[in-house]
Parts: sequence; C-alpha cells; structure tokens
Amino acid sequence: MNDMRVIERDVDVTETKISARGVQVYYADNHAIKDVNVDIEDKTVTAFIGPSGCGKSTFLRCLNRMNDTIDICRVEGEIRLDGEDIYDPAVDPVQLRAKVGMVFQKPNPFPKSIYDNIAYGPRIHGLARNRAELDEIVERSLRRGAIWDEVKDRLDAPGTSLSGGQQQRLCIARAVATEPEVLLMDEPCSALDPIATSQVEELIDELRANYSVVIVTHSMQQAARVSQKTAFFHLGNLVEYGETGKIFTKPEDSRTESYITGRIG
Amino acid sequence: MQDDRRHIASAFDRDLEAIQALIMKMGGLVEASITEAAKALATRDEELAEEVRLNDKAIDELEERVNEEAARVIALRAPTAVDLRVILSVMKMSSALERIGDLSKNMAKRTGVLVQMPQINGSTTALKRMAREVEAMLKDALDAYIQRDAELAQDVIDRDGDVDQMYNALFREFLTFMMEDPRNITACMHLHFIAKNIERMGDHVTAIAEQVIFLRSGEVPGDRVKHDLITPDAGPEGSGGD
Ligand SMILES: Nc1ncnc2c1ncn2[C@@H]1O[C@H](COP(=O)(O)OP(=O)(O)OP(=O)(O)O)[C@@H](O)[C@H]1O
Ligand SMILES: [Mg+2]
Repeated sequence: MNDMRVIERDVDVTETKISARGVQVYYADNHAIKDVNVDIEDKTVTAFIGPSGCGKSTFLRCLNRMNDTIDICRVEGEIRLDGEDIYDPAVDPVQLRAKVGMVFQKPNPFPKSIYDNIAYGPRIHGLARNRAELDEIVERSLRRGAIWDEVKDRLDAPGTSLSGGQQQRLCIARAVATEPEVLLMDEPCSALDPIATSQVEELIDELRANYSVVIVTHSMQQAARVSQKTAFFHLGNLVEYGETGKIFTKPEDSRTESYITGRIG
Repeated sequence: MQDDRRHIASAFDRDLEAIQALIMKMGGLVEASITEAAKALATRDEELAEEVRLNDKAIDELEERVNEEAARVIALRAPTAVDLRVILSVMKMSSALERIGDLSKNMAKRTGVLVQMPQINGSTTALKRMAREVEAMLKDALDAYIQRDAELAQDVIDRDGDVDQMYNALFREFLTFMMEDPRNITACMHLHFIAKNIERMGDHVTAIAEQVIFLRSGEVPGDRVKHDLITPDAGPEGSGGD
C-alpha cells in the first residue's frame, strides 16, 4: 500500500541504516528476543509496538549495545550500522552511543545543572570551540526538546529539580545535543502532557530529515502519527514489520490486529 | 456481530454493535419502502404511495444518526484495522441506503401522477418483478453484512447484471409503446424513469455488497461492467432521482 500522507516532509530515498540478522537475547535462561531480523531505514521513524514484556526495550538496547551493561544479558546474532558490525571487538561502545543516542523510558538527568546536562556530550565530543558556541548548542537543543521557555531563566538549577515531564524533555534535548545519526527513544512521552507530547512528536518528525529514529511506544495513536514503519513484537518475536499505514489499516497477522484494535487473543 | 474476538473495552464492542444495529434498522425500512412503492404502483394505490413518500423521512433521519455515531466513534476510539473498516463501511452503507430510499420515494411520486392516467398494459407487473429482485438482493446484501459472508455478497453483485437486463428489456418495451401511440408518451416516460430508478437501486445494493467484501479483505472489488444500454461511462445518477 502506498503511504497516502502526501503532506509529510519529503525525504531522500530510504536506505538501510541498521540491519539486524538472527538476533537472540537471553537474560540468564530467559530467552527475551527470538531470532529477530529487521532492516531499519535511514531518515525514517520506526515504531516498536507490542504488549508489555514482549522485548521492545531489550531489542532497542541491542542497537547501541546498552545491554552490555547488564551482566546476565547475552546477545547473539549480527547488528550492522551502515554495514559495520557494532558488536565487533574493535568498536568502542562510547563512540557508538554518540552515534546512536538514546532516550530512556524513565528520565535520568545527570546530577548536574540543566546547562551541564546538555553541554556534557558536546564537550566530551569536542563539538564546540568556545563558550559562545556551547551556549548556542545548549539553547538549540533545549528548544528542540521543547523545554527552552521553561528553563531559560534557571539554566544553573539542577536537572533533577525539574518535574518528571520536564526531565524527560531535558533528556531528549541532551540526546539530540550530540547530533546522533540514530536516536533510540523508549516511551519518550509517557510522562508528558499533550502539548509537550505534540512538541516532541514534531521534533521527531523534524529529526527524520537527517536521522533514523526508533521509538518504542504504548500509544497506538502515537505510533500511527509519528512513524513511517512499524514493528510489532510479541513474546520476543518480531511478528510483523511494515509500512505504518498498512499495519494500522490492514495488518497481515491476527496477533497484530488483536493488539492494535485492543482485542483479547 | 463483527469479530469473534471481543475488545478489552467492552464499551467499544457496544458502540460498534449499536451503529450496525442502526444500519440494519435502516435496511429494514428501505426494504419495506421498495416493497410498498412497487405494490402502490402495481395496485394504483395513491394512499400507499403517499405513505412511502412520508416514510422516507425516517430513513433520512437514521442516516444522520449513523453519521453522527460514526463521527463519535472515530473521535473517541480512534478505530484501526477491522474496526476502522466497520466504521467506513457503515458510512458508505448508510449513504447507499439513503439513496435507495430516495429512489423509492421518487417511484412513489411518479405513481401519484400515473394513477391519474390510463393504465399501460402489463408494464407494472414487470416493474414489480424487477423491484422484487432488487429488494431480495438488498436483503441478501444485509444478511451478508451481518454474517460477514463474502460469497453471498459476491452473489448479490453478480445478480445486478440480471437487473440491468430487466431494465434493458423494459426500456425497449416502453419505446415500442411510445412509437405505437404518442398518447402513451407521458405515462411511458414516467414508467421508464421508474425502471431506471430501480436499476439505480440495484447499483446501490451492489455498493453495499462491495462493503462486505471490503470488510473481509480490506480491498474494494474492481470496477463492474455496466450492462444497461443508456448509461454512459460515468453513469449519471439516473434520470429520475430527486
Ligand atoms: N535487566 C533485565 N534483567 C533481567 N530480565 C530482563 C531485564 N530487562 C528485561 N528483562 C526481561 O526481558 C523480557 C522483555 O523485557 P523488555 O523490558 O524488553 O519488555 P518491553 O517490551 O520493553 O516491555 P514494556 O512495554 O513493559 O517496557 C521480559 O521478560 C523481562 O522480564
Ligand atoms: Mg520497555
């Protein structure tokens, strides 16, 4: 089916940004991801949907090796970013995570000022030559995170002094400050009000012009609104992956249909 | 009614069932309207014809209600996949049923005029048979909808060809009458418009049957070939609707 949303921002022809082959994830004996194969496109928003515990966050964390930090977690298979195996021993996970940024399910600001939360990444990656440039990056990032107006007068206040929804937007601002090529977002809007949610969705759509965005969401409407591709996970399996318009109007698999229409079974 | 698998939110099931119940109610009124209109014509019953005209209001009101309910479900429940198809299909079906009701009303109006004129032999019997066939198709289309029976729906679509044939035969017959005696022209023109109305009803019934196939498969069946003689490619909305 063609995507009928002709008013969407134009992007170049899509090509694969991340390609996963035969990915298995185990937490000790728990087989959490079962033989997942998927090509995530560049300049595209991909939504991961599925019931709680189906492995969305687990698979998302594979894409920037965040699972390395979990002792009992074992990842098998192959994941390539621009054709390069990200699990190759030669790959530095810190460098990888600068390229593949992440916004977590729960906001996790550093115990530092709002300003430093944003400036941290650009500083260590040498993105600013002087204070003025850094100021500019901080303001631009906070604006993209849809939180600038609320914090511009108290950039020295600790990030943890913000409300939950504000902290989440701060984390989004922090994630885009280093200009990653891929942005992974795990339920970024679960603590946000509708206005902030719209602002974040608008940001996601903007980012799509240059980046590949993967978003985990429990809101079917959000997945439908922001993504061009949708992947439905169920019990660790990738059940269906395809164009979002098709998934939400004519899903192939009855498990997908039950899930998106809110049915039992 | 729609899917064996129930929604977790049972109110959603109730909304969808309620809106489909409205469609069935509307379908029942439209079926009755066709029967009565054909009967009024065959028996030259002016009173019954008047009743058909008045009853059309209830059909129009139901169409309004279906559209309001559909808008409500879209706004409140954001239906997707098969649920979305249910909503889209009831909107199309209600508009098709409303059109059939209008055509039936127009038939009743012309009956009111025809009873003032001398009868044309045999013509109304054929019209009644044609109306009965369309009504049977409508009944089957509605049954197919309730049962989600794509086979029955396809059967209805195929039978529309017969209706087109009946119309073609009547068209020739009326032409002959008019050529035989120009005093028949006014009455025959009315009868011809009635035949055309019934033929158009068949098209709307076909549109309803197509919705059953859409519900099941997500695809609307391809373009049909028209079999009647005078409908140009883009087919005007009959000549007698109002
Ligand atoms: N750190 C961990 N240690 C052990 N098991 C884990 C860990 N994280 C996830 N799991 C297990 O892996 C499976 C998948 O969990 P995951 O968090 O990926 O699900 P999810 O789809 O993101 O769910 P939710 O929508 O609730 O966030 C679950 O069975 C979970 O118990
Ligand atoms: Mg999760």
